[in-house]
Parts: sequence; structure tokens; C-alpha cells
Amino acid sequence: MDTKSIVYIALFAALTAALALFPPISFAGLALPPITAQSLGVMLAGALAGSKRGGLALLLFVVLVAVGLPLLSGGRGGFGIFAGASGGFVLAWPISAFVIGWLLERAPQAGFVKMAAIIAFGGIVVMYAIGIPWMALVANLPLTKAVTIMLAYVPGDLVKVVLATFIARGVRRAYPTL
Amino acid sequence: MIDIQNVTLAYADRVILRDISLELSERRIAIIGANGSGKSSFARLLNGLVMPTKGDVLVDGLNTRTHGKDVRQKVGFVFQNPDNQIVFPVVEEDLAFGMKNLKFSKEDIAQKTTDILSRYNMLDMREHPAHLLSGGQKQLLAISGVLVMEPTYVVLDEPTTLLDLRNKRRITHAINALEQTVILASHDLDLLTDFDRVIVFDDGRIAIDDVPSVAIPHYIKLMS
Amino acid sequence: MLDLYSPGHSPIHKLSPGVKILAMMVGGTGLFLVENLGIVAVALAAVIALYKIAGLSATQVWNQIRPVLWILIFFLGLQWWLAGASVAVFVVLRLATLLLLAGLVTLTTRASDMIESLTSGLRFLRPLGVNPAKVGLAISLALRFIPVLAQITTEVREAQKARGMEHSIVAVAMPVAIRMLKMADDISDAIDARGYRP
Repeated sequence: MDTKSIVYIALFAALTAALALFPPISFAGLALPPITAQSLGVMLAGALAGSKRGGLALLLFVVLVAVGLPLLSGGRGGFGIFAGASGGFVLAWPISAFVIGWLLERAPQAGFVKMAAIIAFGGIVVMYAIGIPWMALVANLPLTKAVTIMLAYVPGDLVKVVLATFIARGVRRAYPTL
Repeated sequence: MIDIQNVTLAYADRVILRDISLELSERRIAIIGANGSGKSSFARLLNGLVMPTKGDVLVDGLNTRTHGKDVRQKVGFVFQNPDNQIVFPVVEEDLAFGMKNLKFSKEDIAQKTTDILSRYNMLDMREHPAHLLSGGQKQLLAISGVLVMEPTYVVLDEPTTLLDLRNKRRITHAINALEQTVILASHDLDLLTDFDRVIVFDDGRIAIDDVPSVAIPHYIKLMS
Repeated sequence: MLDLYSPGHSPIHKLSPGVKILAMMVGGTGLFLVENLGIVAVALAAVIALYKIAGLSATQVWNQIRPVLWILIFFLGLQWWLAGASVAVFVVLRLATLLLLAGLVTLTTRASDMIESLTSGLRFLRPLGVNPAKVGLAISLALRFIPVLAQITTEVREAQKARGMEHSIVAVAMPVAIRMLKMADDISDAIDARGYRP
């Protein structure tokens, strides 16, 4: 692996960490849970750094959280995250980023809608497919209940998909050597 | 001596440098020119960060194409923005990075770290996180990280551009005190009056190559 | 380095990170295998005793639970409704025990020690093509980048504030992303310039 790949891996891991500092956006009045910007980092890593670099970037991020750095929003970190109800979602991040990168590498000319669909697949479908059973196991919930709880988060995640698509397309245009 | 032989540099269809030939042997050499004149690319050619499209760059007889590793030890490089040069989170870790790449011993690394930090009055910052240093201190750390690798030449690419006047003076003082051969790309003309040679780049060519008292007024006229 | 470590000299602090992580994984898996409220209660008491041995205060025990308190209460209510009181108490106690166990490892182990034992543990993955030195470089770079990115974000937000756009994620994220990619290219040059051979 060349120096540039190592730097990109570190960069997108750091980006996901830095996004924890973004104040959560709350959609007052819509009764939606606040959106934290961190899973935006997952989507951007896949869309901008590609499958291998993006996936490894998030793997690195997960390792840094696991060893006790408070890099998740709200200053959380440590092994306890994985024992908690949202642990599966965090563990799914590297896979999500990889899947987004992998699919986009196969559709380099994808337009806005197709790109958004790919990001939504990796950033929502894949992530929930891992996170929800994990939550059901940890909290001893029937799978259907866990799915119902997570449905409330879908609108927020869709907003993030649109944002990630906007940003990724803009950055790719401004930085074509990526 | 650094010998630049008929060097042309182009990215895709954009020509950055056009058939440059130079011998750099003076102790203090400045490179000036407008933004986009090719001086930054020229600086990067000198230690093999960029390879010429045509022609060769020889450092003490070593070609940058074939002796990349040796050339990079001989020619240290200081970037404009120290934040883009400091690789490790803690001061002493960052200083150790280049030395580890050169396979220096642990004791040697510790000794050289102490020496360089005391030279710049930064000994008490040894275990400091690099991001808490001031702009001037960061640039001194970046220069230190290069000096501990014991280069023969030090190339600096606009090292004072991002600094305030006080830190500019501090870095200038540090550059003037270097015993190595210095090749400095800069916009700060008042830094260059004591230099041995000033090379002015314009649109990928050498516009003038002379002592400061001749080259600098010529450059100012060129710009106005 | 910023981490959640709580300094001390207890036997638990002195255990090697690898041993602690292994013990935690075994303990955590064990908790999922038992379906008995009594055993979970004993395990919880044992973990709290370990906090005591490590010289940690009751506040620190509480700090592990507090951030997820509302989630625990939510699950308690949900389970109560779905499966009755004893299952609800069992599930929530098990979750709390796991969180405390994991928190104990984090509180008694420096992140830098953890990273060190991690990179040295990676030696065994060499045959799979993992290079511990590169992993070490990536970890250090990431830690170096976090404050720099935070600073870039602040600068860009200030600049966009002047244009009244500081709340637009796109107007902030785009320049931040472009600046950080430029930085990444430069720093990868800088690493090469300092003699790094991947």
C-alpha cells in the first residue's frame, strides 16, 4: 500500500471523528431524533476514498474507538460501545463504507439519483442489516420490535444520504485527481 | 552541487517548466516568482518529490530518478504549511519519524532530539501535542524534523508565507543560521538581501539569475 | 493524548492490555451464555468489586452508565411490557454489567499502550499481508489529523459565517473536504520527503 493510501485511510478515520464535533441538527417540531453528522463520514469515506481505503479508514476509526478514545459523538468511546445497543451500527461502518466504494467503483458515471441510491444502500440498508440484529441480541428484543424502533431514524438517514451525495459530487468535481 | 540538466516539467498538456538548465553551488540561493511561475514545482524537483518530464536532476552526482532514497536524505524539504508536514501527534514522535526511516539507533534519536529542541528553545515542548504549538513553533518543528536527518541541502518552499511578522523574523533567523546549503523559494523579498544568488522564474522560464541587488529590482519591475 | 484513561497503580492497571481485552471478551461472551438472573447479579457485583480494586470511585462507575441511562430505562420498560418484570431486570442488568466491564478496561488502560500492544499483536497477521508499521503510521496520522480537521472546520465556519452560511452543511463541508484532501496530498509528499519507504 502506498503512502497516499495510508494518509487517506488516516484522513477519513479522522474526518469521521471530527464530525462528532458538529452540533447535532434537530428538526424541531417534526419529532425526529437529532441527526449526528458521524455517519456522514462513513458515506463520504466510501464515496470519496473508495472501497479499500474507505473501508480501512472506518476500520481504523472503530479500532481507535475500541481502544478508548472518546471519538463518538457525545465523547463516547471504549469497548463498552460494542456491548451497547448501537454497537452493531458502529461495527457496520467499515462494511458500509466498503460497499459504497465498491458499488461506486462499478458505476463511475453514476448520476445524482444512482449515486444517492448506492450511498443509501450502503449507508442505510447494509448498516441496518448489521445494526438491528445486534440491537435485538443485546437488548433481548424481538427483531420486529428493533426494526420498528429504527424506522424512526430512516428520514434522518435519508437526509444524510442526500447531503453526502451533494458533497461527494461537488468534491469530485473540484478535486478530479482524487 | 545540484545540477539541473535540460529539465522540462509538464502535467498533462500544461507545461510548468521549460527546458531549465542550472548549476546550484552557492550556499544561499533564493527562488522567486509570481504564483504559478513554476518555483514550487522547481523546488520539488530538487529532492525527487517530482520527477522531470524531460531531462535530469543530479544531486552530488546522484540522479533523482535512480537514487531517490539517497537524494531525499541529502536534500531536506520544508513545506509552506507546517501542518501539512508534521506527521505525528507529539513533538518528539514527529522528530523521531525521519530518523527511524534512516534506521538511527534509539540513543542517537534521543540525543539528536534533545540537541535540536534546545537549539530552538523548545526543550520543554518535547512531549507537547504538535497542534498546541504556535505557528512559528510549528514551522521550527518542521525545520527541526528535516535537520535531524542531517541533510547537505535544505530546500524551503515559502516557509514564512503563513506567519506573522514576529514569527517571520524568528524563522528567518533560523534559516540564516543554518550551516547547510539553503535553497529558498519565497515571496518575502526582504529575507533575501544577504543571499548569494537569486533566480527569478517567470512562466516556467528563468527570467533573471543574478545577485540580489540586481535580481530583486528586476523582479519588482517585472511584476509591476 | 486525549483518552478516557484514569491514572492509577492497581494490579488491574498493571495487567497487560492484551490480557485485559481477552478477559473482557471471555467474560462478555459468558454473560450471553447464561440465562440466570442470580448469576448476572453476582457478575455485576464482581465487576463493581473490580472497580474498587482498581481504585476507581462510585462516580466513575456511575459515569459508565449515565450516558446510556435513558436507553437502559427505555429497554427496561419495553421488556417489562413484552416479557414481564424478571426478564426486563435480567436484560438490563446484563447490559449494565457488560458496559461496566468494558469501561473498566478503558479506564485502566492507556490508549497508547493499547495501540502499542495492538500493533505488536498484528505481527501475527503478517502472513495475511498486514504490515504493523503501516498500521502504526495510519494510527498516528489519524490522531494528528483530528485536531487539524477540527481547526479547519472552525476556520471555514467562520469564513462562511461572514457570508451568513455557517449553518449550511454543504457550504461548510465542501471547502473543508477540499482543504483536507489538499492537506492529505501534501502530507503524503512530506512523508516521502522524510525518507519513508512504504
